[in-house]
Amino acid sequence: MSGATLLKETGPREVFCGLTSIVWLHRRMPDAFFLVVGSRTCAHLIQSAAGVMIFAEPRFGTAILEERDLAGLADAHDELERVVQNLLKRRPEIRTLFLVGSCPSEVIKLDLSRVAEKLNIALQGSVRVVNYSGSGIETTFTQGEDGALKALVPLMPESQEEQLLLVGTLANAVEDRLITLFNRLGINNVKSFPPRNSIDLPAIGSKTKVLLTQPYLTDTARELNARGAEIIEAPFPLGVEGSSLWMEAAANAFNVKDILLDEILEPLILRAKAAIKPYREKLSGKKIFLLPESQLEIPLTRFLRNECGMIPIEVGTPYLNKEIMKAELDLLPSDIRIVEGQHVENQLDRVREQKPDLVVCGMGLANPLEAEGISTKWSIELVFSPIHGIDQAADLAELFARPLYRHDLLNNKQLSYA
Amino acid sequence: MELTLWTYEGPPHVGAMRIASSMEEVHYVLHAPQGDTYADLLFTMIERRKKRPPVTYTTFQARDLGGDTAELVKRNIREAFDRFQPKALLVGESCTAELIQDQPGSLATTMGLDVPIINLELPAYSKKENWGASETFYQLVRGLLINQSKENIQHDPSSWQKEGRKPRVNLLGPSLLGFRCRDDIIEIKKILNEYEIEINLIAPLDATPSDLLKIPKADLNICLYPEIAETTCSWIERNFGIPFTKTVPIGIGATKDFLDEVHHLLEKENKNQIKINSRLPWYSQSVDSNYLTGKRVFIFGDGTHAIAAARIAKEELGFEVVGIGTFSREMARKVRSVAKELGLEALITNDYLEVEKAIKESSPELVLGTQMERHSAKRLGIPCAVISTPIHVQDVPARYSPQMGWEGANVIFDTWVHPLMMGLEEHLIGMFRHDFEFTDGHQSHLGHLSRNEEKNSENTDNHLQTSSQENQELLIWTQEGKAELAKIPYFVREKVRKNTEKYARQAGCRQIDSETLYDAKVHYKDK
Ligand code: SF4
Ligand code: SF4
Repeated sequence: MSGATLLKETGPREVFCGLTSIVWLHRRMPDAFFLVVGSRTCAHLIQSAAGVMIFAEPRFGTAILEERDLAGLADAHDELERVVQNLLKRRPEIRTLFLVGSCPSEVIKLDLSRVAEKLNIALQGSVRVVNYSGSGIETTFTQGEDGALKALVPLMPESQEEQLLLVGTLANAVEDRLITLFNRLGINNVKSFPPRNSIDLPAIGSKTKVLLTQPYLTDTARELNARGAEIIEAPFPLGVEGSSLWMEAAANAFNVKDILLDEILEPLILRAKAAIKPYREKLSGKKIFLLPESQLEIPLTRFLRNECGMIPIEVGTPYLNKEIMKAELDLLPSDIRIVEGQHVENQLDRVREQKPDLVVCGMGLANPLEAEGISTKWSIELVFSPIHGIDQAADLAELFARPLYRHDLLNNKQLSYA
Repeated sequence: MELTLWTYEGPPHVGAMRIASSMEEVHYVLHAPQGDTYADLLFTMIERRKKRPPVTYTTFQARDLGGDTAELVKRNIREAFDRFQPKALLVGESCTAELIQDQPGSLATTMGLDVPIINLELPAYSKKENWGASETFYQLVRGLLINQSKENIQHDPSSWQKEGRKPRVNLLGPSLLGFRCRDDIIEIKKILNEYEIEINLIAPLDATPSDLLKIPKADLNICLYPEIAETTCSWIERNFGIPFTKTVPIGIGATKDFLDEVHHLLEKENKNQIKINSRLPWYSQSVDSNYLTGKRVFIFGDGTHAIAAARIAKEELGFEVVGIGTFSREMARKVRSVAKELGLEALITNDYLEVEKAIKESSPELVLGTQMERHSAKRLGIPCAVISTPIHVQDVPARYSPQMGWEGANVIFDTWVHPLMMGLEEHLIGMFRHDFEFTDGHQSHLGHLSRNEEKNSENTDNHLQTSSQENQELLIWTQEGKAELAKIPYFVREKVRKNTEKYARQAGCRQIDSETLYDAKVHYKDK
């Protein structure tokens, strides 16, 4: 393991909670419904993070606890069952129902697994009910997906077929492309988890080899491993370097010949590097500061430093799982400053002191930093955009170059003097 | 437990944040888990604020719960105090912290900080955002003025005359994430200035705690947004004798009434007639507005803006109000009584699907609502203007666009009438669509609407086959009937369809063709 400077910080944080993952999970599985059991705050968080409400009836909602639910616990369990039954009556297309725990439901010790169990018996398989926690006292932002996927693992059927399982939500188009590439390598049995329909859960067994597409799936990986799957160790498929090592790791696990691998990847790599070049010119030598939020911070830093020539000043991460990040950390030099946890005020002091050219941060902080003359990139955009794989590397670079172009355009002194 | 897919109002601590963020030199320590920090983006994104809200979240985690969360609260209070040096410190909790009962407000008072501490208790499981804002403003004003009020100053509304000065008023209620507050206060200031009335202070927007200490110096309080300021105004009235206005100056009539009320409460004679400095009355009267008369309008919003909209719609534009409602329980009584005068039953709900249903059922030609009704109206293919919070980023326009006063009336005329005109133009373009000059894609000014219309005509088909299921066996629309129906402007099409089906059933027809449509038309005209 590299000797990157790992620091810890505690204090007030500015990070979303795991409920936020619902925003992309419900789009991935259109036959699933995410029912948060929480407060008006939880409902408000999701609708604020989801932004524009274009659906007549979204596939997520909140069972809002009221004073009488807090008074007697037995009632709260019954109440929840009633809410679920009403919901399912109105939305017969739902196949999987996620009961999502929140801070309030956890503090009052509402037992969602018990409710799920009772409902599963009552519904006799017409709808599958699972539960997980997206609470802010237990999880941050992307960890919600980890929880949701982990909850599905026990429902996956058993299979002894050899297969490659891609784990983590990807944009559909990107996923299709990656599967095509694996097929070209002769890896033909490729499945995805989460699936595009919640009921099409892939099977799993000792001949399943898991390749994580996202860095925040610690618990899911552990559960999959417990079901016999092998977790392929690799960096994450962001940028040319990460994506090719990621594919190479899978190729090795499936004994793909090196010649074939080179033959398939080489042209893609060349093309992607050429596509990155103009952005690299913009980004190279520029200082970047990443605030903790999505868990993508370390792989992104690796890409921005190694492939775009940026100078990372500080890499924040909400929490650090050294095991899952090992391959990433190995690709970074020892003088990278990685800070786990957050004291948002102190961290912003450092931002101001260091005057980075670009700050990756949450939406709450972006405009205030822009107003101070610091260019920003929203981290939430990175979880929504198709950025995975060799072919997307230039698009990923472009996401970071755009704020800098913008900055130049809007602050073009020559224009005003001309 | 209540299933909520979307909520008009956030939790009460977001209301407290609105007060804190509106003001200067105030800081709010909020005992809350990390996810609650999402609320910052409401201010920095929707309002495009350049500053972070002055809020410190304690962001306790599960592992802290076993230990000493009270210590964590104190550490955050101490740090926030040292760093931000506020002149008033609000301390409170969000839904989760309310359950663990650390009582952060009481803790703060034991810390020996040299700053007024306002302990906010905002019940998260029964109250909502506007109530939270109102309560916070009230607690803050009360907390700062409570010692002054003991002296029991006798209030004389005409003291300004005796002292030989201009009358002074406070403008109370404007806040961030309200509807057009920033511009309303400019407009009201300007109008009052024309009547030789001075502004003593404006709060909470841009006020400091020391400004609030000057509240009792005013002769009158102007309660601009009752949702936020009424509780505070009536407390001030009880303790300092300062009266407050009840009329909200949105619309021509209301602005006039407002000015009359202000003069009356100040015992000030208004020598000159009130001069209506707005184009709305003439624009509304001009022949071009013929087609506006009798337009069916559905209104939903916060209490203040819904009530104001109803009056403007009916009295100043000659619309027919076919539905009115509010998401605000606190304003339910007032909205109900307005509805009653209009011969309607008010819709009081926090469920946007219920609102959507009510819109559909009353088949209006214009919807006035919140950002959610804009979406609902778009789905239904009905023109819409936003008149109330909750808002989106585009409801905080760059240009000056108040709702209050004379200029506010101009802005309202434009923003309500434009979507209707667009709708009408769409119809005309539709009528001439087959003329050779017109090609598809000509409807450039409202791209999405025209696309909607296409979708709508598909919808009409779907409707005919599916939605009116109870008549499905009985009634069949012929191709020719469908074609005739499609020629009818989309904003009345649904109504015509229903009427025709109703007529057909009464008349015992099983097939609806173009003749049935004309028969139905005559039938309903005769009535
Ligand atoms: S039209 Fe405007 S308000 Fe409606 S969804 Fe799009 S952005 Fe939101
Ligand atoms: S942090 Fe907790 S209370 Fe806040 S929105 Fe997230 S789950 Fe709900």
